[in-house]
Amino acid sequence: MSAVVDTHGHGHDHGHEHHDHHGGYSGVMRWITTTNHKDIGTLYLWFAGIMFFAGGMMALVIRAELFEPGLQLVNPDFFNQMTTMHGLIMIFGAIMPAFVGFANWQIPMMIGAPDMAFARLNNWSFWLLPFAATLLMLSFFTPGGAPGTGWTLYAPLTVQQGIGMDFTIFAVHILGMSSILGSINIITTILNMRAPGMTLMKMPMFCWTWLITAYLLVAVMPVLAGAVTMTLTDRHFGTTFFNAAGGGDPVLYQHIFWFFGHPEVYVIALPAFGVISQVIPAFSRKPLFGYASMVYATAAIAILSFIVWAHHMYTVGMPVTGQLFFMYATTLIAVPTGVKVFNWVSTMWKGSLSFETPMLFAIGFLFLFTLGGFTGLVLSLVPIDIQLQDTYYVVAHFHYVMVAGAMFSAFAGIYFWLPKWTGKMYNETLGQWHFWLTLIFFNMIFFVQHFLGMAGMPRRIPYYPLMFETWNKISSIGAFGFAVSQLLFLYNLFTTLKSGAQAPQMPWEGADSLDWTHLPTPVPYHTWETPPVLK
Amino acid sequence: MTLREQNRKLFARLALVAVAMFGFGYALVPLYYRVCAALGINALGEVAAQPRNSQVDLARKVTIEFDANAHGLAFHFRPLVNHIDVHPGELATVEYEVRNDQPVAVTAQAVPSYGPAIAGEYFKKLECFCFSQQTLGPGERRRMPVVFVVDPKLPKDVTSIAISYTFFEVAGRGGKG
Repeated sequence: MSAVVDTHGHGHDHGHEHHDHHGGYSGVMRWITTTNHKDIGTLYLWFAGIMFFAGGMMALVIRAELFEPGLQLVNPDFFNQMTTMHGLIMIFGAIMPAFVGFANWQIPMMIGAPDMAFARLNNWSFWLLPFAATLLMLSFFTPGGAPGTGWTLYAPLTVQQGIGMDFTIFAVHILGMSSILGSINIITTILNMRAPGMTLMKMPMFCWTWLITAYLLVAVMPVLAGAVTMTLTDRHFGTTFFNAAGGGDPVLYQHIFWFFGHPEVYVIALPAFGVISQVIPAFSRKPLFGYASMVYATAAIAILSFIVWAHHMYTVGMPVTGQLFFMYATTLIAVPTGVKVFNWVSTMWKGSLSFETPMLFAIGFLFLFTLGGFTGLVLSLVPIDIQLQDTYYVVAHFHYVMVAGAMFSAFAGIYFWLPKWTGKMYNETLGQWHFWLTLIFFNMIFFVQHFLGMAGMPRRIPYYPLMFETWNKISSIGAFGFAVSQLLFLYNLFTTLKSGAQAPQMPWEGADSLDWTHLPTPVPYHTWETPPVLK
Repeated sequence: MTLREQNRKLFARLALVAVAMFGFGYALVPLYYRVCAALGINALGEVAAQPRNSQVDLARKVTIEFDANAHGLAFHFRPLVNHIDVHPGELATVEYEVRNDQPVAVTAQAVPSYGPAIAGEYFKKLECFCFSQQTLGPGERRRMPVVFVVDPKLPKDVTSIAISYTFFEVAGRGGKG
């Protein structure tokens, strides 16, 4: 962005920095009572980090059990609880809050707003999360344990589970409320709080992807809330939405769930696209190629995401016409997604590239997310999907878009913005080690799962025939290597926060959004109290 | 309008969208059943068409004649109908009646024979009293079914089949069934 900023008001910021710092509280109370978007962004990111490691531990239990055929470590019931909770925690506890954290930190700074539109609501949106997570974790200690239904919470299993299911349902309600309130906050901030001259089409791409994501969330989180509420009333209040014994239809649940579930995929992916769209231009030292087409592609993906949900359920017995419709609609999504991928590649084309850790993660994202997109295209085709439904091919596919997509993007964002936020520079060597180890072990875990899926190994089952042993062993070893690599990240993060080198004012010379070009490093606690004027 | 008012207005609108979408989730329930009904899919529990036996040869009929003999036994043994007409492939049921006129219990076995003899291999009995030994107390009366199908491969020139059952006493068993 080449907008010229009137810096008249911005020297003013420093004057304010010393009084009303941290709202007058200190210690824990500062964090509990904070309404500052940067504090809340930090809280979201720490929460996401804790959940990432919690969900990762569950993944390790799964991979440890699958290291050998037969049952060794856990019983099948607990295995199912692990797969369920791993999914729920990683999606609702780790990935989504991580990107809300980025949104909180970056959106006000990028659009020249002093804070989020509803600062106190923002505090509440965050503080709902630890309670929801606690409720979810408590379900392990109920009779019957946590739900073992898979993260999709399909009926009729959900109608039959123990009280842990009710804990999960209420946790989903609270998580949903947090997401909806957070999204309303983001939309209002972007639409009403932009600095004078910051038109929508001048916003950094990250703000655009979040604007569209927030609309998606407001539209679909309530549908999920409805679906789990129906499950709840089926369980306790005698309704029969999904309970076949009373004339309900479990397939109906799948339709409602995936009406939420597919847009949810893009809720996770779009902000990740946003981060990548900031990182790649910065390290290519070129503006983002095809900015307008990026915006339209993002919007197109969001709109299409509402009419493709049944591609998750080709095998429920839908008519061929239905299968064809959802197949064509799904393959259509490859077009705007392709626009984005080609735009990123074109941004790099003839750029002055440098390969610091954020860029490495962004390029890793570009390769692996595209690979995950291709397997998605394979799965969108009905005849192949019927063969691969519920196999490890599907597991490999969505981990390529969730881990190598969203999570790589989150790491890119952390490494990219950490110097700006803290004024401390992370250890580049350790960062690069983190990237390469993560990349190698990621592929070790998930690339081989394509083969397992093609050979017919079903997901969510704790044992398998002998013929699948080799690939499973490789996958499990990869999982533990992956976990250890993340400890490297933790070490790098903590040493940076504690004793990191002073970051330069502009650690990335190609970065061009307002926060980089017109705010000091580290950013002061309050920014843009007087909005910048873009000419 | 101040920024605060603008923000609150937008909040109210977006909250309304969220509430409406919660309702939409519930609206999907009737919508689902309407769409299924309109497209004629998911019609669980409804029979699309009456089941039809496609193996019945409706082009011809075979007369089956029933006969009964008691080989030296004081049995009153007879079919309830003397003959019926069936299509080859069609399932038919007839009944025989037997009464033991002796003052002691008797165990006996019925043995069928066919006329013409070649018809025997096309006369498929699914249920028959001749499959097991019958023990009848003194004066006991019993009705016994024969369920059968005439194989459609029955040669065209066979237009009637006689089936004759003969009861033979199972010697030495008396009334011990």
